[in-house]
Amino acid sequence: MKVENHAAESANKTITGADLLIETLVEAGVDTLFGYPGGAVLPIYDAMYRSDAPFKHILSRHEQGSVHAAEGYARVTGKAGVVLATSGPGATNLITGITDAMMDSLPLVVFTGQVANQVIGTDAFQESDIMGITTPITKYNYQVKKLSDLPRIVKEAFHIATTGRPGPVVVDIPKNISQELSAEKFETEFHLPGYQPTTKPNPLQIVKLAEALGRAKKPLILAGAGVLFSEASAELKEFVEKYELPITNTLLGLGSFPGTNPLFLGMAGMHGTYAANMGIYESDLLINIGARFDDRLTGNLEHFAPNARVAHIDIDPAEIGKNISTDIPVVADAKEALKELLNSEIDMPEHQAWKEKLQQNKKEYPLWYESPSDLLSPQWLLEQVYQISNGEAIVTTDVGQHQMWAAQFYNFDKPNRWVTSGGLGTMGFGFPAAIGAQLGAPDDLVVSVVGDGGFQMTAHELSIIYERNLPVKVVIVNNNALGMVRQWQESFYDKRYSESVFSTNPDFIKLAESYGVRGIKIDREDDVVSTLKDAFAYNGPVVIDCRVAQETCVYPMIAPGKGIHEMIGVKK
Amino acid sequence: MKRIITATVQDRAGVLNRITGMLYKRQFNIESISVGGSEVKGISKMTFVVEVSDDQKLEQLTKQLNKQIDVLKVSDITDKAMVARELALIKVASNAHLSAEIQGVIAPFRASVIDVSKDSLTIQVTGKPDKVDALINLLGTYGIKELARTGTTAFLRGQQPHVTEISSFSV
Repeated sequence: MKVENHAAESANKTITGADLLIETLVEAGVDTLFGYPGGAVLPIYDAMYRSDAPFKHILSRHEQGSVHAAEGYARVTGKAGVVLATSGPGATNLITGITDAMMDSLPLVVFTGQVANQVIGTDAFQESDIMGITTPITKYNYQVKKLSDLPRIVKEAFHIATTGRPGPVVVDIPKNISQELSAEKFETEFHLPGYQPTTKPNPLQIVKLAEALGRAKKPLILAGAGVLFSEASAELKEFVEKYELPITNTLLGLGSFPGTNPLFLGMAGMHGTYAANMGIYESDLLINIGARFDDRLTGNLEHFAPNARVAHIDIDPAEIGKNISTDIPVVADAKEALKELLNSEIDMPEHQAWKEKLQQNKKEYPLWYESPSDLLSPQWLLEQVYQISNGEAIVTTDVGQHQMWAAQFYNFDKPNRWVTSGGLGTMGFGFPAAIGAQLGAPDDLVVSVVGDGGFQMTAHELSIIYERNLPVKVVIVNNNALGMVRQWQESFYDKRYSESVFSTNPDFIKLAESYGVRGIKIDREDDVVSTLKDAFAYNGPVVIDCRVAQETCVYPMIAPGKGIHEMIGVKK
Repeated sequence: MKRIITATVQDRAGVLNRITGMLYKRQFNIESISVGGSEVKGISKMTFVVEVSDDQKLEQLTKQLNKQIDVLKVSDITDKAMVARELALIKVASNAHLSAEIQGVIAPFRASVIDVSKDSLTIQVTGKPDKVDALINLLGTYGIKELARTGTTAFLRGQQPHVTEISSFSV
């Protein structure tokens, strides 16, 4: 009897739209919410305060920090990162991160407050047309017009963000909706007739691909982040090892195949290895699994894999044939396609000479660097980070030189431990992304490798790591410059260093300490190993300001406009 | 090459913006676009006339349209048996002397005069876009004061010829 009474009571319970939102988030299994309050989301923050919702709210110091943290969380956990920001400036501060997530296919569900429905379109206080602004940078977006739609929209948003090719979804909630009272239970069944991603490959295409493999003398696998999203690393490894196929990764695909495996040629692309790039150039069958042939990978399209038949496995049909014409298109989830390939009988011809040639290239043209007379070699520093963390850390970066060095010198053996801004190339991404990664993987060592430029774009999030005692290790690769800009000016603009060398930088130690975070400076190679060991073992956040030689450049390199075989700086 | 693409879409707020925004972002050149209701409530029909450089671009266009969550179906009907029509309103400078002559010009086009004033005639014409073009050309000699075209709307004929009957030659 008592139970029945309780049920009757709760059926008549009058709650606000904001309460309903919190309930729906709990049902969706949200454990972490990255947000920042403001006028239009006051009802939602109030509902959160009143509820005993079992999720954490992580208060950033700028909404960009929230969204990058959510990206880091999504990248590491595979779950949607959830963001909440207010209308107007709160929402527009998210734009960089939403675009970043769109480019790198990260699942996000972003809730923005909005002015009340009645005043939308009147240029009300803190109104922005966030639907118009985010339409081109989201997988989908919603504005809630009726409270009864809210639970269904939230469910749809999570579904769209996390299935197919993942991506960000924005849900814009007008203030009157979150304030509205209701006692009703609303429909949550959803119907998305225009959204049915193909996951199973067409068997005929798999046969074609198997036949192509059966004829290939110089096969090569190019694995991208699609392998990570579909959790297909084990299948990829099995497939690659079964046929002893040489393999390379895109920047975002690093970790989808063990970096220390002998069949791995290193990363391909603008700063990829000689072995990987020449492998693509000379291959007669290139099998792209879950990568989108980005221009930083391909270089000049005319010279990209000129002799190869191209097979492309992608869950997004629009990526196939977009940049590179494809001989064997396979629209499918990477895992499903690899399973089918593993089930196929492939009579692989012997390709010993090809394998040996690639191994020879690997040996002959390894990544190289020089030791500067003063300060640290950045590449050597990254090697130490790799060694001391036993290759098991989650590494996050911004964009630029430090990112390329981390990609080159940190060999990821496991998936989802590499968090970097690839497509958009966002400065200020790495540090907040590390916060999200640490929250998503609390027991792992998270190392945020950032430049001195990028770190200053989002350094204020030091508040969070102090507040939450998140043991993130920030390694600032500090060359007192915007290193990649400086490098391009050196190489392509006759050393006219326009605005790329900082005349002043903050004292990063004091900056960290002012937030209550431990700070250490290293400017001698002799101090690196002991300091990193100490910092990585420390149970709390540390900022390590590593002073590296400014003149160091990232090599090898495919200069802009050049072909993948026209690399410079392949040898010391 | 000019292609006629039709799409059935969910009639939701912002759907036109999503589609035209995508076409703009991906650098597709739209010659005309027409949107309206369909035989099913809540479903709209769009017809695009686009100029694309090659087959690869065309494939991208249909794939990008299909990728839109509000888009239910995309068809390139250019090479199919179809009906494509457009409506144009043409205001031509005219006077008492010219009026009869203009009426004579438009008669073969089965166009009609829908408004008359002291110094102008407004003509309504419907048909294939090239027919509309031809009439506009002819009326140009009288001086066109105002012109509005709806853009092409199209769909497949009730019966499609067998594949072998589709010929690429036409007179």
